[in-house]
Amino acid sequence: MATVTQGMGAIGQTDQTPPATQPPRQSVIHEWLTTVDHKKIGIMYIVYALLFLVVGGFQALLMRIQLAIPDNHFVSPQIFNRLFTMHGTTMVFFVGVPILFGFGNYLIPLMIGARDMAFPRLNAFSFWLSAFGGLLLYFSYFAGSGLYGAGSAPDVGWFAYAPLTAKVFSPGHSTDYWTLSVLMSGIGTTATAINIVATVLCMRCKGMTLTRMPLLVWLYLVSSCMIFVAVSPLSAAQIMLCIDRYLGAHFFDTQAGGSAVLWMHFFWIFGHPEVYILILPAFAFMNEIIPVFSRKAIFGYPAMVAASVGIGFVSLSVWAHHMFTVGMGPVGNTFFVFATMVVSVPTGIKMFNWLATIWGGKVVYKVPMMFAAGFLFQFLIAGLTGIMLSAAPFDWQLSASYFVVAHFHYVLVGGILFSLFAAFYYWYPKMTGRMLSEKLGKWHFWLFLIGFHVTFDLMHVPGLLGMPRRIYTYEAGRGWEIWNLLVGVGALIQTVGTLIFVYNLIHSYFRGKEAGPDPWDAWTLEWFTSSPPPAYNFAIEPTVGSRRPLWDLKHPEDPDSSYE
Amino acid sequence: MGDAQSRHRRHVVFDHCRSRHLLELPIFGTICLLSSSLTVHAAVSALRKGNMSRCTLALALTVLLGTIFLVTTALEWRHLIYDAGLTIKTNLFGTTYYSLVGLHASHVIVGLLLLLTALLFSLTGRVTEAHSERMEALSLYWHFVDGVWVVVFLVVYVLGR
Amino acid sequence: MIATLCKIAKFVTLVSLPAASAFASSPTNIFDSAASPARSIFSLSMLVLSVTLVIFLVVGGLLLYAMVRFRHRSHDSEHEPAQIYGSNQIELSWTVIPILIVVMLFLSTTRVILETEAAPKPSNSVDVKVIGHQFWWEYRYPKLGIVTANELHIPISDPKNPTPTYLEMSSADTDHSFWVPRLAGKTDLIPNRINTMWIDPPAPGLYLGQCAQYCGAQHAKMLLRVYAQSPEDFAAWVKQQQQPAQADLPGNALAEEGRTVFLHSACINCHTVSGTAATGRFGPDLTHLASRDTIASGPVQNTPQNLRQWIADPNVLKPGSLMPSMHLNDRELDAITAYLDTLH
Repeated sequence: MATVTQGMGAIGQTDQTPPATQPPRQSVIHEWLTTVDHKKIGIMYIVYALLFLVVGGFQALLMRIQLAIPDNHFVSPQIFNRLFTMHGTTMVFFVGVPILFGFGNYLIPLMIGARDMAFPRLNAFSFWLSAFGGLLLYFSYFAGSGLYGAGSAPDVGWFAYAPLTAKVFSPGHSTDYWTLSVLMSGIGTTATAINIVATVLCMRCKGMTLTRMPLLVWLYLVSSCMIFVAVSPLSAAQIMLCIDRYLGAHFFDTQAGGSAVLWMHFFWIFGHPEVYILILPAFAFMNEIIPVFSRKAIFGYPAMVAASVGIGFVSLSVWAHHMFTVGMGPVGNTFFVFATMVVSVPTGIKMFNWLATIWGGKVVYKVPMMFAAGFLFQFLIAGLTGIMLSAAPFDWQLSASYFVVAHFHYVLVGGILFSLFAAFYYWYPKMTGRMLSEKLGKWHFWLFLIGFHVTFDLMHVPGLLGMPRRIYTYEAGRGWEIWNLLVGVGALIQTVGTLIFVYNLIHSYFRGKEAGPDPWDAWTLEWFTSSPPPAYNFAIEPTVGSRRPLWDLKHPEDPDSSYE
Repeated sequence: MGDAQSRHRRHVVFDHCRSRHLLELPIFGTICLLSSSLTVHAAVSALRKGNMSRCTLALALTVLLGTIFLVTTALEWRHLIYDAGLTIKTNLFGTTYYSLVGLHASHVIVGLLLLLTALLFSLTGRVTEAHSERMEALSLYWHFVDGVWVVVFLVVYVLGR
Repeated sequence: MIATLCKIAKFVTLVSLPAASAFASSPTNIFDSAASPARSIFSLSMLVLSVTLVIFLVVGGLLLYAMVRFRHRSHDSEHEPAQIYGSNQIELSWTVIPILIVVMLFLSTTRVILETEAAPKPSNSVDVKVIGHQFWWEYRYPKLGIVTANELHIPISDPKNPTPTYLEMSSADTDHSFWVPRLAGKTDLIPNRINTMWIDPPAPGLYLGQCAQYCGAQHAKMLLRVYAQSPEDFAAWVKQQQQPAQADLPGNALAEEGRTVFLHSACINCHTVSGTAATGRFGPDLTHLASRDTIASGPVQNTPQNLRQWIADPNVLKPGSLMPSMHLNDRELDAITAYLDTLH
C-alpha cells in the first residue's frame, strides 16, 4: 500500500526557493492588501477577529461593572442596551465567524495537500467584505442616531426582535447599521463556505479519498454546507426588515397585521445552526489536537464523521427551542423538544470518542492539551445545561434568564474559545515559525480557567433565582447581588489572562523559540511543510495512503494503511 | 378623495386578485421569460460550436425577451398603483406581492445587464469559443432567474388567488 | 494535611452559607414553587437535574480518570502507545444508552407540557386580560369591569376547589414576557397575538417578577407584582376597584385644585380616571392609583415625594420611560400630587 511518495523528500524540506532579501515596507503592506494567498488571508481574518475580541471583551467588562451592584449608575440604560447589542453582534459575527474561518482558510489547503483554495480571489473578496461589515457596524457609534440621542450604535439586541426594530420603535439609523453590516458579513461568510466546499471536494491530493481526510476538513465541510442553508433565511429576513423600515412594508409590522413571530422563526432558523457552525470548527481543532497529545489515533473515525454530519442535519431542525415561551402550542413545543434532545446523541458520541482516544494513551500536557482538557469538561457541562434547557417546561422558567446566558457562554467561551486557544498554541509555530512561550501559556491557561469558572459557573445562579437577561440594573433584595459581583470579579481575572495571551502572541513573534516544521511530532500534512510554509505550500503534490500520512512516514514498519 | 374612490380602488384590487383577464399580461411575460431560457441555451451551444453569429443572435433574443418581461411587469405595476391603489404599504398582500415580484425583477435586471455586456462583447467580436464556460455560467444564472420566476408565479398568481 | 483540609472545609462553609441563604431568601427563586405550574416544572427539573448530574459524574469521572491515569510519565518508554482505531461494540453501546435516556426524558417532558399547556379551563376561573406596554402592565378583568395597572390582584386557589386565574395576554407595542418564577414559567406577550397561561397560588402573599423579553430602554424596570388574596380580601379589592373616582374631595382644597390642573393638562390624553373627563388609554389607568404600593411599574415606592418627582420628570426615576415631563411648576406639582393621593 503506497504511503507518502518518496520523491517528496524529508519533512520540512519542501521549500526550494532561495532565501529572499527583506522587501521595503511599502511593498509589504501592498502585498498583504492585495494577497490572494490563503495563508495570508487566514492570518488577516485571525488578527481582525482578535482585535474585535478585545473590543467585545471590553464591552463585557463595562456591563459587568454596571451590574456589580444593584441600582448602579455606571452607565445609562441606553448605553447598556447598546453594549449588550454590540457585544453579542461583535462576538458572533466579527470574532467567532472570522477567527474560525481564518483557521479554516489557513489549514484546509495544507491538510489536503493543495496549494491554495479553489477560488483565491473570491477568498480575498470575502475577507475584505466581512472586514468592511465590522467597520460599518462600529461606524454606527458615530453616524447612527438611536432613539435617545445623536450618533449611536444599535440597541435592539443581537437578535433584533421585531417589532422593536420597526421604524416607530427604533427611529434613526442604528438598526440599519446592524442590518447592513451583518448582511454584508453574511455574504462574505457564504462565499467562504462555497470556497471551502469546492476546495474540499475538488482539490484533495492524490490518494486522499474523503475517508482519508483529516477530521478537521470534514467538520469544515459540514459547517460550510450548513452555512448555505442557514445564512439565507437571515439575509432574507434582514432584507424584509429593510423593506419594512424604508418602503413602508408590513412583514413584521404588527400594527398592520404583520407578524413578530415570523421574524423569530427566520432569525432562529439561522441562529441555531449558526452556533453549530461555530462549534463544529472548535470540534475540528480538538479532533486534531487530542490525538496528537494523547499519542494515539482518533478513536472511531467513521463514527466521528457520521456524528458530525448527523449534528449538521439535526441542528437544522431544532431552532424553535429558542421560542418555547412564544406560545407555539403543545405539538410545536413537543417536536422541538424531541429534535433538541436528539442532537445530544451524536454530540455525546463525539465526547465519548475523545475520551476513548485519551484512554490508553500517553497524554503530554503541553499548553494546547491543557486547553483541550478544559474544553472537554466545559463542553460536557455546557451540553448538560443544554439538555436542561431542552425540556420545554424547565425552559419556560430558564429562557431569557441568566441561566441561558451562562449556558451559551459556557459553550462559546468554555468550549469554542478554549478550543481556539488550544489551536493558537498548536498552530502558531506553523504560521510563524516560532513557538509560543509555554510559561506564559500556563499563566494564561490557569488565570483564564479560574476566571472563566468564577464567572460562568456562578452566573447560572441568578438565572435560577429569577434574573432575566438584558437588564441594565436590578432590584436589591432578590438575592442576585453577591452573584453578580463575583461574576464581575471573574471577568477581571479573564481579562488578565487574555492580556497575557496577547502579549505572548506579540512577544513570541520576535523572541519565540524556533519551531521547525514539526514541533509536536504530529501526523497530518501541514506538518510536512516548513514553518512557515512557502507560498506554494508543497513543491510536489503529496500522495497519501492513509489518514495519518506522517505517521506512515515515521513508522514505516506499522503504517496506518494496514488498519484502515 | 372621498370614500367612494377608495371603495372603488379596493374593489379593483379584489378584482385583480380574482379576475381572469388580468392574468394575460403576467402570462405573456412568463412565456417570454421562459423562452429566453431556450434562447440563452442556444447561445451557449452556438458558442461551443464556434458559431459566433448565431451566438450573438441568440443573446440578442434573450435580452429582448427579458426586457419584454420587465416591461410587462412595469405595466402591471403601473396599473396596480395608479388604477387599483395597491402599493407595498397598502396591506400584507401588497407587501408580499411587491417584495416577491420586485426582488425577482431586480435579479432579472442584474441578469440583463450581464447579458447585455456579453452581447456587446459578442457584437464587437471579442467573444471566442474559449469563453464557453463563462457563457455557460451566465446562462446558469439566467436559468436560475427563470426557475425562481416559476415559483413566484405559482405562489402569487395561482396559489395566491 | 488535616489542618489544610479543615481550613478548606471552613472556607467552603463560609462561602456557601451566604450563598445558601441568598438562595433561600430570594423572592424569585424558581425552585420555591407557590403554584401548580411552577410545581410541575419543579418536579420535571429535579428529574432532569438528577439525570444530568449522573451523566456528569460518570462521564466527567471517566474523563478525569483517563487524564490522570494515562498521562505521559518521564520514565515511560519512547514507544508510542497501542493505536486503537475503534470498537464497534463500545461505540454501539454509547449510542444506544444515550438514545434510551433521550426517550425517557422526552416522554417525561411531554407529560408536563400537556399538563400545563393543554390543561382544561374550569368554569369558575378568574379571567384577566394582560396587555404589555413599554414599560408597564395593563390588567383588565372583563367579567368584573375593572381596569388597573402594574399590580395584579388575584384570589388564592384552594386545591380542593380550584379557582385559578387565567391570563389572556397580548402587547400593545413590542414583545414582552410575563415571568413570576414562583408561580409559573414565563409566557411572552406578543403584539397581534394572544397567549394564555394560568396560575393558582394556594397561599396568600406578594409574588414578584419582571418582564423577561427585552422591550426597549426600560425593560429592566418593568416589574411584576402579583398579590394573591384570600377570597374575602379579593372581593373587597374588587369592590373598591369597581368604584369610579370619588366626585367630592371634602376639605381638600389642594386636591381640588390638583384635579383641575390634571383635567386641564395633557395628562388626560394618556391616562384614565373613571368618573372624570380623563379617558386616555396610552398610559396606566390612574383611578385607584393611591391603592397601589408602587408606581412606575414597581421600582419606586408610592409615596407623595416619589409621586411628585415622577410627575415632575419621569426620566429621573426611570430614564427612557415614555412619559414625558409635564413641565409643571411647584404649585401645580403639589396640587396634582395631593389629588392623585386621593385616588384610592
